[in-house]
Amino acid sequence: MSGHDHHHHHDHEHDNHFTPIEARVKALESLMVEKGYVDPSALDAIIDTYETKIGPRNGARVVAKAWSDPAYAARLKADGTAAVAELGYGGRGGEHIVVCFNTPEEHNLIVCTLCSCYPWPVLGLPPVWYKSPPYRAKAVIDPRGTLADFGVSLPAGQRIRVWDSTAETRFIVIPMRPEGTEGWSEDELAAIVSRDSMIGVGLPSPEDRP
Amino acid sequence: MNSAHDLGGQMGFGPVVPEKDEPIFHADWERKVLAINVAAGAMGAWTIDGIRHARESLPPAQYLSSSYYQIWLAALDKVLVEQGFLSKEELVSGVAGSTRREPKRVLKGEEVPTVLRRGFPYEREAPAPARFKVGDKVRTIVMHPQHHTRLPRYARGKEGVVELVTGCHVFPDTGAHGAPETAQWLYTVVFAGPELWGRDADPTSSVSIEAWESYLEPA
Repeated sequence: MSGHDHHHHHDHEHDNHFTPIEARVKALESLMVEKGYVDPSALDAIIDTYETKIGPRNGARVVAKAWSDPAYAARLKADGTAAVAELGYGGRGGEHIVVCFNTPEEHNLIVCTLCSCYPWPVLGLPPVWYKSPPYRAKAVIDPRGTLADFGVSLPAGQRIRVWDSTAETRFIVIPMRPEGTEGWSEDELAAIVSRDSMIGVGLPSPEDRP
Repeated sequence: MNSAHDLGGQMGFGPVVPEKDEPIFHADWERKVLAINVAAGAMGAWTIDGIRHARESLPPAQYLSSSYYQIWLAALDKVLVEQGFLSKEELVSGVAGSTRREPKRVLKGEEVPTVLRRGFPYEREAPAPARFKVGDKVRTIVMHPQHHTRLPRYARGKEGVVELVTGCHVFPDTGAHGAPETAQWLYTVVFAGPELWGRDADPTSSVSIEAWESYLEPA
């Protein structure tokens, strides 16, 4: 294995084309593979899944269907996990899904103050800001100020409901369908649903139509 | 435990700063850390709460000055050594020595889509009826345990209302530390903003947590 080279490089920064953390991760990967703890093809398959197969477009399809099909919206409310599975999504990081519908009276916001829990099967991997101290600290104590950091301002009378993901339940927000989207197809609707609007820090707009 | 990870309500971190057109990964090593973490977890030697505990028990200064995947890497190194899969010397040198523990299983590449799609459901058969029902007023207990818990500090000793009975779920506080798996009823408990944050709180805000039954008492 090339582990010895990594050690050498680590001690001699000047002739090192790996940063210290790159060298550490390469050394760990080599050890795990050499000892038979991980299969290199599994690493490739995991990366491929989260880079090319799973992301917020999945969640956007859930939202677009909820907007277009009242019966589906009712099933989402009754059992989010099962209704999301109807579209083929679920599994790791989304074993138990609860769907939060925005209304004119109440806006929903998702956070994980203790770590980074996030509905991977419908939204993909979380962005850096979601996992960072500013968001995790502020979302629960100052939700309106948090929304302001994203340029979102809600009517004063609209309550804000924050969901802290302290268990394996994962949450996805169904934003309100914006006016001006009457007659749009599910594909057209899905195109204006952003990751941020499904966390609750954004609002969809018909002007976002591609 | 009361560590740096328990961030809800802390101040001084400044505004949230979203990155425009953020990539899924910012460096190739982040991809690898994610993948090794998922694959190593599949060996079955620790639970999701076990690895969370490893992350949150990093020294506060290290936790707060590390990027998220740096935290994951440090915790993974720690559990691999604690669980006898690798030695510290191996991690430092990158050279495989004689330290070895036979994993319960190794995730094969061709199994990845099925295993990720199936996930690891945390709901269990309920041994007894739920103690609380939707609409019940409850109070969270006050505790400051040295061990892992999923009851955040800001929500301890607070009165709230049960809004959902989620099911009977694996209990993290003991499972994180290698004890045999147990399960408890899990509830969505919603608190009014002023109950959590006092009179200056936004009166139109509320926050819910997912609370296991032993975190709750009738109010």
